[in-house]
Amino acid sequence: MTLQIYVPADTTAAALGADAVARTVVVEASRHGMPIELVRNGSRGAYWLEPLLEVEDEQGRRGFGPVSPEDVGELMAAGFPNAGEHPLALGDVDDLPWLAQQTRVTFARVGIGDPLSLADYRAQGGVAGLQRALTLSPQGIVDEIKTSGLRGRGGAAFPTGIKWQTVLDAPADQKYVCCNADEGDSGTFADRLLMEADPFQLIEGMAIAGLAVGATKGLIYLRSEYPRARAVMDAALALARQEQVLGDDVLGSGKTFNIELRLGANAYICGEETSMLDSLEGKRGLVRYKPPLPAIEGLHGKPTVVNNVLSLAAASTILASGADAYEAHGTGRSRGTLTAQLGGNIRRGGLVEVPYGQTLGELVDGFGAGTHSGRPIRAIQVGGPLGTYLPAALLETPLDYEAFAAVGGMLGHGGIVVFDDSVDMSGMARFAMEFCAIESCGKCTPCRVGSVRGVEIIDRIRAGDQPELHLELLDELCDTMVDGSLCAMGGLTPAPVRSALKHFPEDFQRPVGPGGSYE
Amino acid sequence: MSNPINSPTYSATNTGGAGPSPAVIPLRPYEPQPDLGTPPADGEAVALMIDGQPVSVPAGTSVLRAAGLAGIDIPKLCATDSLDAFGSCRVCLVEIEGRRGTPASCTTPVEEGMVVQTGSDKVQRLRRNVIELYLSDHRPEEGLENALLDIAADLGVNESRYDLGGRNHQDLPVDESNPYFRFDPASCIVCYRCVRACEDIQGTFALTVSGRGFDSVIAASQLDNFMESECVSCGACVDACPTAALQEKAVVEAGTPDSYQLTTCAYCGVGCSFRAELKDDQVVRMTPWKDGQANEGHACIKGRFAWGYATHSDRITSPMIRDSIDEPWREVGWEEAIAFAADRLKTIQAKYGRDSVGGITSSRCSNEETYLVQKLVRAGFGNNNVDTCARVCHSPTGYGLKTTLGESAGTQAFASVAKADCVVIIGANPTDAHPVFASRLKRRLREGAGLIVVDPREIELVSGAHVKADHHLQLRPGSNVAFANAMAHAILDAGLEDLDFIRARCEVPAFEAWRDFILQPENSPEALAEVTGIPADQLRAAARLYAQADNGAIYYGLGVSEHTQGSTMVMGIANLAMLTGNLGREGVGVNPLRGQNNVQGSCDMGSFPHELPGYRHVSDPAVRGLFEDAWGVELQPEPGLRIPNMFDASVAGRFKALYCQGEDVAQSDPNTHHVDAALRSLECLIVQDLFLNETARYAHVFLPGSSFLEKNGTFTNAERRISLVRKVIEPLARYEDWEVTQLLSNALGYPMNYAHPSEIMDEIAALTPTFAGVSYDRLDELGSIQWPCNDAAPAGTPTMHATEMVRGKGYFAITGYVPTEERTTRRFPLLLTTGRILSQYNVGAQTRRTENSRWHGEDVLELHVSDAEFRGIRDGDWVGVESRAGDTVLRARVTERVQPGVVYTTFHFPLTGANVVTTENSDWATNCPEYKVTAVQVTRVTQPSEWQRRYGKFTKKQESLLAAARKD
Repeated sequence: MTLQIYVPADTTAAALGADAVARTVVVEASRHGMPIELVRNGSRGAYWLEPLLEVEDEQGRRGFGPVSPEDVGELMAAGFPNAGEHPLALGDVDDLPWLAQQTRVTFARVGIGDPLSLADYRAQGGVAGLQRALTLSPQGIVDEIKTSGLRGRGGAAFPTGIKWQTVLDAPADQKYVCCNADEGDSGTFADRLLMEADPFQLIEGMAIAGLAVGATKGLIYLRSEYPRARAVMDAALALARQEQVLGDDVLGSGKTFNIELRLGANAYICGEETSMLDSLEGKRGLVRYKPPLPAIEGLHGKPTVVNNVLSLAAASTILASGADAYEAHGTGRSRGTLTAQLGGNIRRGGLVEVPYGQTLGELVDGFGAGTHSGRPIRAIQVGGPLGTYLPAALLETPLDYEAFAAVGGMLGHGGIVVFDDSVDMSGMARFAMEFCAIESCGKCTPCRVGSVRGVEIIDRIRAGDQPELHLELLDELCDTMVDGSLCAMGGLTPAPVRSALKHFPEDFQRPVGPGGSYE
Repeated sequence: MSNPINSPTYSATNTGGAGPSPAVIPLRPYEPQPDLGTPPADGEAVALMIDGQPVSVPAGTSVLRAAGLAGIDIPKLCATDSLDAFGSCRVCLVEIEGRRGTPASCTTPVEEGMVVQTGSDKVQRLRRNVIELYLSDHRPEEGLENALLDIAADLGVNESRYDLGGRNHQDLPVDESNPYFRFDPASCIVCYRCVRACEDIQGTFALTVSGRGFDSVIAASQLDNFMESECVSCGACVDACPTAALQEKAVVEAGTPDSYQLTTCAYCGVGCSFRAELKDDQVVRMTPWKDGQANEGHACIKGRFAWGYATHSDRITSPMIRDSIDEPWREVGWEEAIAFAADRLKTIQAKYGRDSVGGITSSRCSNEETYLVQKLVRAGFGNNNVDTCARVCHSPTGYGLKTTLGESAGTQAFASVAKADCVVIIGANPTDAHPVFASRLKRRLREGAGLIVVDPREIELVSGAHVKADHHLQLRPGSNVAFANAMAHAILDAGLEDLDFIRARCEVPAFEAWRDFILQPENSPEALAEVTGIPADQLRAAARLYAQADNGAIYYGLGVSEHTQGSTMVMGIANLAMLTGNLGREGVGVNPLRGQNNVQGSCDMGSFPHELPGYRHVSDPAVRGLFEDAWGVELQPEPGLRIPNMFDASVAGRFKALYCQGEDVAQSDPNTHHVDAALRSLECLIVQDLFLNETARYAHVFLPGSSFLEKNGTFTNAERRISLVRKVIEPLARYEDWEVTQLLSNALGYPMNYAHPSEIMDEIAALTPTFAGVSYDRLDELGSIQWPCNDAAPAGTPTMHATEMVRGKGYFAITGYVPTEERTTRRFPLLLTTGRILSQYNVGAQTRRTENSRWHGEDVLELHVSDAEFRGIRDGDWVGVESRAGDTVLRARVTERVQPGVVYTTFHFPLTGANVVTTENSDWATNCPEYKVTAVQVTRVTQPSEWQRRYGKFTKKQESLLAAARKD
């Protein structure tokens, strides 16, 4: 058997040097006269091991990482040794506790094979969900999703089945399925990894959604900052059309579903569903007021399913393995698996898929193995730039929607960003306002003007300028943004600010110098 | 006076007729137009409680509007009832029992049983903080209307606690580029009202917001200034602005108005209602009236801004006389001028006979004025030599629609277009000539209605902002009837005729005869493709689109009427509507777009030599008897002279005196050389006008006119809508125009004793069945009335022919295509056609005396790239345009808007001499000139034409003769 060598081609692996490793593999194999087949898979999500090189031969599959181009020749010369025989040798990657302890459901196929091989996809259980959906009535599909307990993975955690039901029940001559792939939360990358490493799963999930609600047209709104995801999705969509997974005769059923890929234009706010719809319509990405819900009046005023990449991908698993199998994971009203993305100051960063209910500490200290700097954890921001800053004292909080809400936080899209004890939390509060000021669509006043004034007030507080007066004004401003903003952007920006104030008040009592750093 | 409808009655108390300004309608104290925040809804009644008060409103109404209707004022900034809710300002937040948070009342529809609190401490605190945020970046000019400052005052917010030294927009430059309004970003709150108005109301999409978040700024086009952007200066953005960031320069200068009067625009046939707003008795602003039924609060650059001509220094406010046109004018008193004119008329009639004199009424004058002029001619002169300028524009409409449908008027209200599914525009350019209707049309097109444009030229609607025609049938000038026949043939071929409608509503034998005619092979699209230039398959596709639409509506303009077969084409259009059953309900119909404000009215008022008011023939003894009884004179049973007949008779020496009110035949009528000769042959020409216009240069008596701001009366627009014109300022020359006619009549010995135009209307109503229910009091009460208005339709008739045609059964007239004799030859290989431009109006007498000329300072000749290249003509070159009638010179604009072989110009400037080139060819039935087809040659030249040099000399001389009068 020809030696198969796997080097991931996804964005993170590439950023860590995987492309150079892959080129070196080809050069070295040729120099050694070694017949190989290079497969550019996607990362398995263990970014702390990237570039992760895997080989597969008669002895099985084994990994090495993180590998630099310089290591390749040596490993090849050594015949790709087993774990323990070389400092980089990891043995069978699946057996690494970091992966073995995860519950890979949505990301089960990620990192295994060639993302653009539809045959591999089918071989690993792909397309089965769509096939099953074709045997069900639209209501039958919606019922499966409802039973699974799936909630929107984009951040709002709205029950997906209910959303689909609304669209199914809305009479219209045209409906749409829009995939929100404008993954803009800081510290998140799950959508990107899924699209780059298992694109057919998203396509399949969208087709299932289309069948469920009676939509014949799907659109993927992909952020333009993801060029690799774009290339993979483009190629995957072409293959899916070619193989009749998409088109006017989906899998020979006579049913129609097509998908168009659209690019965003560098606007965080277009990840907000109504802005995204405006942008998809060719307009300036402005938030719409709700109601009407997009499920009733969405794209071009038609009933529209707007779901995150991971929600739609999960639909294919749910249909393939059954709602009950999915629902069996998780806790309380948080069913299925959480795709946590560990980032920031963390030792073992990457994508961790676990059932809902594990604690924040289990992820950060367990999978993450503490801070990268080795200093104590001081704060964790969960749920993106609008998420709450939690102190280390709350590491025992279980990862489920309701438990997080109870401590004033939100799981959001699963981004977990860790800070050590050197962090200046008044600066982080300022950053929350600044982020809002930069990314606000500018439609509503509390967000457009409030965020700018928020930055200015925090600057005054940090400068020790009438701090009590300004703290009071900041509090009132936060009320105004929470109660007065049109969308979650302005409405949630106070969350990180207020959590910083609440958990780290001391950081607001030390004047800082003109450069912004503490004197 | 909060409700303008409840204004005083018109029972004029003064008597004595010729005294100045009787029955003055008092100005109303200024107040902004009411604004309920969101548009009305029309659902079932929903009951809710707002602040403890039970309220019932239609489903779909916003909480904001519901509160407003109940007299509860919720503050608002981004919401205005001319636009859909937007939800950005967050000051209209309320609390609703059982709902989380503080929803915006503008975006929250009412629900049964809802309990709303509009002023809780929580929302007041939120509002105050939002206002503080606004005020942290708001340094407005003082003394202007500013809703933000009003709300701040109401909430007791005197200052912002936020850092006024923080980021702001206070140093951005003020955009003063537009002559009529300025944009000051320092006052802007980025509420998008201007942007939304430009999109939703005007449909131009010139405005946008550039940047995001705090960097959001209003931008005209690509951050151009307003003047250089795509902005068409309709003023919708200025109306929409709540904080005076966009403000009329006249108001910035003079301050907020202190009084206003409701009146009707004197420009095009849309007939928009306006509030003329005054400060210290000077008009400072014309604001479209939201309750005006023709325009519903929208306007265009002309009506909204181009009213400065009314006080232009060219206005002549003193009567003038002279014995010959080579003599200087002499300014005289009214008495002397009237006596002079009367004496001349009497002498001429004594010498040359009763029929040697006549009068011309104007579509720019009021119904009462035109009625009075025709009455003066018929009763005072004792002949029927009265005609109107509609002769040269829409006379074929009158003839064609009367013949086929039974009434000389369009069938719909403008609002009807909102229900059309396919719109056919033939020979009209609504975005330029009827912009406020065009905005309605574009809104419907954006909603998805189909559009077929039939025009030799690529008008804006063919491919404009968010508008694209499904078919542009770019026909050859002069081939209209061939097009209509091919269209009918294609519809019949496809079996898309509405037989049920035809059987029920039309004369079947006439239909059958017509069908046999249309189905002849020579009327097929294929056979006629060579004549029209329209590919047969495209024509068939367009025919299907129109015939298959649930509601198909045809709108047409002078491109239909101003042809040798103008009347035939009007009948052809009526045939198409009857064939497809597109008559008698909303969304359909046959709709002439009238060029001037009162084309419809001047025709209604008996201005034509053969018809008494209400389109009743002078030969009908019963009708004549009615008027004879009322007027106390015997009327002639024979039709009098039409305008071209008057000119011919003048050149022939049989027609010697003309009373011409508000019409500039020297510039607007075809074949200028002939008109020149005719006017020079007159022994007495009496011109009544605002300015010493082209015609007045040939006059012996000049009677100063009054602008629409200076008089009372009514105009009737293209949808038969009669609207009141109310006096806003005193006549600059002492008399309203109707008073001058009355003075002349009395001097001639035929007594008239009207104290107020309302009495003239009462007379019209008494004598004209379609106007029987019209009176000033009723107009005041209803806002406006679409005739017929009588016992059967006491509130007027928005849609004609609803249950049966006015003539009983619709008549399919045979419309054989007869090519015009005006065709291209080797000597004149191009076809000249003419049109209009947005910023200028008709002969330009008004708009040329405003800043509008900054958009269009001269007429140009559009010619196709290939025709230009062949002749070595480059953009901007001087080109001579020569026809068999004459030649003129103007600048070339090389374009692809016109097709090869066709050239195009406008006639807004006298020096253009467009009518030096046009010929005396005219409509077979009505003599409407064939302005739209003239065979010409175009060559590159270096100097003005011979005519232009002569014209220049004549102009200079006449100006010096005027100057002499003014010096005295």
